[in-house]
Amino acid sequence: MQPIVSVSNVSFAYQNKQVLRNINLDIYEGETVCLLGPNGCGKTTLLNCIHNTLQIQQGRILICGRDVKTYSITELARLMGYVFQEHNAPFPYTSLEVVRMGRTPHLGFFQSPSEQDTEFAYSIMDELGIAHLAAKRYTNISGGERQLVLIARTLCQEPKIILFDEPTSHLDYKNQALVLHILKKLSQRGITVIMTSHFPNHVWNLGDKVAMIGYSGFVAMGHVEEVMTEEYLSSTYGVNVRIYDVVKNGEIKRFCSPELEL
Amino acid sequence: MKKTNTNIILEPSVSSKKWCLFIVITISIFFVSLFLGRMTISPDTVLKVLGKNLLMLPIEPDWEQSIEIAVMRIRLPRAIIASIVGAGLSMSGAAFQGMFHNPLVSPFILGVSAGASVGAALGLIMEQSLMVVQLLSFCFGILAVVLTYLTAKIYKTTPILMLVLAGTVVSAFFQAMLSLIKFLADTEDKLPAITFWLMGSMGSVSMEDLPFALLPMGISMAALFLVRWRLNVFSMGEQEAKSLGLNTEVLKILIIVCTTLITATSVAFCGVIGWVGLVIPHLCRMLVGPDHKNLIPATILMGATYLLIIDNLSRLLSAAEVPIGILTAVVGAPIFAYLLRKTKGGWN
Repeated sequence: MQPIVSVSNVSFAYQNKQVLRNINLDIYEGETVCLLGPNGCGKTTLLNCIHNTLQIQQGRILICGRDVKTYSITELARLMGYVFQEHNAPFPYTSLEVVRMGRTPHLGFFQSPSEQDTEFAYSIMDELGIAHLAAKRYTNISGGERQLVLIARTLCQEPKIILFDEPTSHLDYKNQALVLHILKKLSQRGITVIMTSHFPNHVWNLGDKVAMIGYSGFVAMGHVEEVMTEEYLSSTYGVNVRIYDVVKNGEIKRFCSPELEL
Repeated sequence: MKKTNTNIILEPSVSSKKWCLFIVITISIFFVSLFLGRMTISPDTVLKVLGKNLLMLPIEPDWEQSIEIAVMRIRLPRAIIASIVGAGLSMSGAAFQGMFHNPLVSPFILGVSAGASVGAALGLIMEQSLMVVQLLSFCFGILAVVLTYLTAKIYKTTPILMLVLAGTVVSAFFQAMLSLIKFLADTEDKLPAITFWLMGSMGSVSMEDLPFALLPMGISMAALFLVRWRLNVFSMGEQEAKSLGLNTEVLKILIIVCTTLITATSVAFCGVIGWVGLVIPHLCRMLVGPDHKNLIPATILMGATYLLIIDNLSRLLSAAEVPIGILTAVVGAPIFAYLLRKTKGGWN
């Protein structure tokens, strides 16, 4: 089977600061892939390279077997959505209007969204359980709600692949749970998810595959059970990480935590 | 049933009743402008003159020739230019505010007014005809924006921040050029002419000029009107807009070309009219919400109404005409201050 996203020998440097070195990564349709790594290791950079926001200087990235650089902006937006980290909107649009912006790649240059597009946007909000936000001003809702609205907007593009940059980073427990739940739903719908995360513990809940990036490049890449080991985690983050198994009510829960003594 | 639901959710504040009201107000103010003037002409005479000349109605003239000239050759072109310039500047302001995702941007941010002023000043100092002055002004306005665009261009992109900075630089340069021309100008007649021209007036536009103003402005306004929904997407920021499949470079060029044609034309014909492009979009946002789909049509109607009122004040306040650039600021600044206080800077 052909991978939907294929990253081969990719290197990237900002001016003279090398960030990514010889990265290889094959992602197949429907997989959920977590990129783990310490601050500044290049997780977001890799995401931006896959999205062609940053042009790679070396190597090749293929999306559906075609070089990402050969796609037009519109073609790419139909295939791939990107949920950015939190941001500020300058104008107080309604949340439904923000979600409806996801229809852009399906409209002609002089076209506005039709009633069907609006219906579609609303149905997606309904599906994600945020229909009650539709009439609310996007600038007046909480950070967690905003994240959900942005996810709905990305789904409105009807993409095959969705990139997430730290989807849970600013969220409290309830909102984290909501977003993780939705991420699971996405993969059940067959959408390929590539996300960066600062929370290795989330990986056991949703990842099919994990890629660990350290400062000097890839540490490990593979299925969750193979890669989420104390050894790999420790060398990725540069601190001793322990994995614990806790049994409660007959259910095993696995989590990891760094040792606080350095 | 669901259909009406989502419509209400999208913009509950704009009903078709509201639109009708806006349109009626604009049209009424337009006609009131034709009724008002130094020469007292009764409204029904004005309507009869219009009916005979524009609609070719078979009306026997029971008025003097001078009345027909006042209505058809002075008041009508003036009211038309005031409405289209008001509409154009407001629309450009709204488009730029969306594009720069900053609600405090005016349509002159890329240097068009500074450039156009230099062009006009050059024409005036060389004692050229009005047409040459207008042409020079138009060309220099465009030149300034081209310089801004080229300065801001890095590789194949023109980041929004670079555009703002480059616009400031180019404006400063042309302002200095203008000062230099004023410094060198004959203080007896040239300097006052330049100063007066810069303060703006609707008075110099004749019926023959109108096509030259209406054509570039009309086409540009139509184009901006068609892409107005994309301004919503653009206002989310360039990177996000791109990820949503919006070709931001193409849209940016389209917006810059259209607004430049609108503003350069309006400065060339009427001088520098500030504040309209800043205040009206805000006022409209309070009336119809931030969605550019409604905002752009609202700015057209409100902008036209506002400048018609201001121009009437300019004609009628005193025996000598008060320059319109002064009035837009005198009226606009307090309105803006009031809006700022009332909304506390957030436009919710």
